[in-house]
Amino acid sequence: MAILTTTAREAGPAVPGRPAGPRRYSVRRRRVGENLTGHAFLFGAVLCFAFFAWYPMIRGVIMSFQRTRRGETTWVGWDNYQRIVDDPAFATAWKNTLYFTVLALIIGYAVPFFVAVLLNEFRHAKGYLRVLVYLPVMLPPASALFLFKYYAYDPSDAGLFNAILKGLHLPTSQWMQSTTMTMPAMVLASTWMNMGGAVLIYLAALQNIPGDLYEAAELDGAGIWKRIRHVTIPQTRLILSLMAMLQIVATMQLFIEPLILANGAGAQDSALSVAYLIYQHGFFQNDLNGAAALGVIMLAVLGGFSAVYVRLFSK
Amino acid sequence: MGGIAVPATDHELSFPKGRQMSVPKHRRVTTVALVAGIGLSLAACSTKDDATEPGGKVTITVDCQPVGAQAELLRDWNADVVAFQNANPNITIKSVSVGAQCNNPPDFTARLQGGTVTDIFYGYMTDRQQVIDSGQAMDITQYVTKDTVPTWDSIDAGAKAAFTDGGKVWGIPTKNYSMGLVYNKNLFAQAGLDAKNPPKTWAEVRTAAKKIAALGNGIAGYAEYSAGNTGGWHFTAELYAMGGQMVTPDGKKADFNNAMGRQVLQNLKDMRYGDNSMGAKQLLQWADLLTNAGAGKVGMFVGAPDTTTAIVTQFQGKYQDWAMAPMPGQDGTGKATLGGGEGYFFKKGLTADQVKAGLAWLAFEKLTPGKGQFDYVRAKPENQPVGLPQPQLFTVGSAAHKQDLELRKANANINVEDFAPFENNPVPIRFEPPNAQAIYAVLDAAMSAVLTDPTANIDQLLKTAEDKVNQVLTTNG
Repeated sequence: MAILTTTAREAGPAVPGRPAGPRRYSVRRRRVGENLTGHAFLFGAVLCFAFFAWYPMIRGVIMSFQRTRRGETTWVGWDNYQRIVDDPAFATAWKNTLYFTVLALIIGYAVPFFVAVLLNEFRHAKGYLRVLVYLPVMLPPASALFLFKYYAYDPSDAGLFNAILKGLHLPTSQWMQSTTMTMPAMVLASTWMNMGGAVLIYLAALQNIPGDLYEAAELDGAGIWKRIRHVTIPQTRLILSLMAMLQIVATMQLFIEPLILANGAGAQDSALSVAYLIYQHGFFQNDLNGAAALGVIMLAVLGGFSAVYVRLFSK
Repeated sequence: MGGIAVPATDHELSFPKGRQMSVPKHRRVTTVALVAGIGLSLAACSTKDDATEPGGKVTITVDCQPVGAQAELLRDWNADVVAFQNANPNITIKSVSVGAQCNNPPDFTARLQGGTVTDIFYGYMTDRQQVIDSGQAMDITQYVTKDTVPTWDSIDAGAKAAFTDGGKVWGIPTKNYSMGLVYNKNLFAQAGLDAKNPPKTWAEVRTAAKKIAALGNGIAGYAEYSAGNTGGWHFTAELYAMGGQMVTPDGKKADFNNAMGRQVLQNLKDMRYGDNSMGAKQLLQWADLLTNAGAGKVGMFVGAPDTTTAIVTQFQGKYQDWAMAPMPGQDGTGKATLGGGEGYFFKKGLTADQVKAGLAWLAFEKLTPGKGQFDYVRAKPENQPVGLPQPQLFTVGSAAHKQDLELRKANANINVEDFAPFENNPVPIRFEPPNAQAIYAVLDAAMSAVLTDPTANIDQLLKTAEDKVNQVLTTNG
């Protein structure tokens, strides 16, 4: 459709008294050809998005207002939403997810930035250090989490972290079996897994800061903390705010960490996240409509948050 | 689409002289190829095998073909397919493997909701409601007779009822089980316990667990699930053994917040923190516990006879290590136990000939003594257990049951005496409650609490779980 419209506009009405010559025709054909290729590629991309992103989203919204029983689908209005909100696990899942997001923001967001600042300061072995930091990203997330589960978070004294704590004469932890340690342990594993990508992005931003700004700050007597506060952070503000938004959106979709580290909801539901609750409803409880409703709620929350965030920080 | 290489610049193209394409032309060709590629891909996605063939031939797809790692089972299945097709030249079986477990719930739900199940598809007894709700299964009542399934009248009524809804038959049962106490004879011997006299009560389980755990080396005297809905599943089994029930008979209210429910949790808490006989690692689910069991690190656990098969075939254990007793109760053998099983459903829209072909295959492979899954002569030299007390698919006393029992005894390759306490002391079987998975998810929290928190308040845990289950029952109907 778009191709036809463009072609018609490009061809345009001929100027009266000046019939289109062969050269003009050739140029037009060439333009049409170029646009045709562009539109064809666009068509492919749009088709992919339409099938694998937009259609499932629209279908999800529709399903959230339906109920399927015995092969019959009926419209039930807001019933699924009511049911999901009334589910006692709903509040627990949101509380846990927000807790994880906040913890990840404090630990998982700050650590990569400071690691990047540190790496930026090194004069030697820069490449090796970057590879070391990026290495965990290359591990499949499931493998990385199984490493944590079986070697680091083993609640017996044989566990890596407990062995270290014991060696330091510090009290050991039950890690994923403790309701208080579940979330920090998941944040720790998640930060280790994902830090490399963020560090590289921060490094790229840091290297764009003109060196003379630091020199000027040093001449003014600024120490390292003041240089970070008054030069580094303002100069990387844009990338910091973008990364913060991406991180919040990603951590709100917490799923694989509880699935693997906590075998699902964890001790006394301490690892139950919203995304895992969607999975529970959809794939264990024969409640795809409820899962769709919860998915739409999550979409609305994340969409609302992103809109507000962009509005606040784009100024 | 991926096969189309677009040159970075026009001059990279090189065509024989006189046949050079103009730039717009080659782009047009690229465009046409691109669009055609997308179109062909979409067309390929929508291609469907046609089951109706000339000459009255019928093709059906059947899932749960063993995976490559189950070499002997796979070889047996393939041989059975060939034998069946030779005996029924008009029927072609297309086997599909869906993993060793055949029904990993998330995968199964995805296949069901996506409409990608095979013509004859495997499912658990507890999947019946989900399968019917999905609209993917067909009512096969009119096709299931003695003519299509010769042993139909001999099949256990409870197993058939599990696949029947509203008087209609929705599936064919092919296996059933009930739970008991599975125990490691070697560890019993090492701990000075008499493996021929297994624990009958939870008090005896506790004593035995303490002695086994005292062996050290990371061995748990008794192991229990508490994650991924398996904790709630075992809470149910243990509550049944106490004489309790998960929900009231009308299915509208939770019915476990009572002395029996408290006792289930108290027994576990006592073993975990009173005796320290359950090991440090908790939040176990199916594969975790069986991995430990296969490694000889578990003295006892609640399970069905086929868990020993899983321990051997999937978790490197040995049959000769394992024995089984009836479900323990509080004052004696359990008052009831949890039962379940598996079978096959038929995809909606099959022709009558396809349904009959599917029934013929199931009758051949799953429901005939001496054939398919009951071919003990073939299984005996393989690494498969022959002589386990279950499945007991045929009604006790029926001709099929007698035939199966004789063949099983004649070809046993395990020590049947090890399972005699379980087989000779049958405990009444109860099936899962309605909304089982949602209820199990709730009870996981209580189970995980008593196994990970020494200060867990059992009364509070049961009250919380009761409220949540009542809400589940109210909203899910």
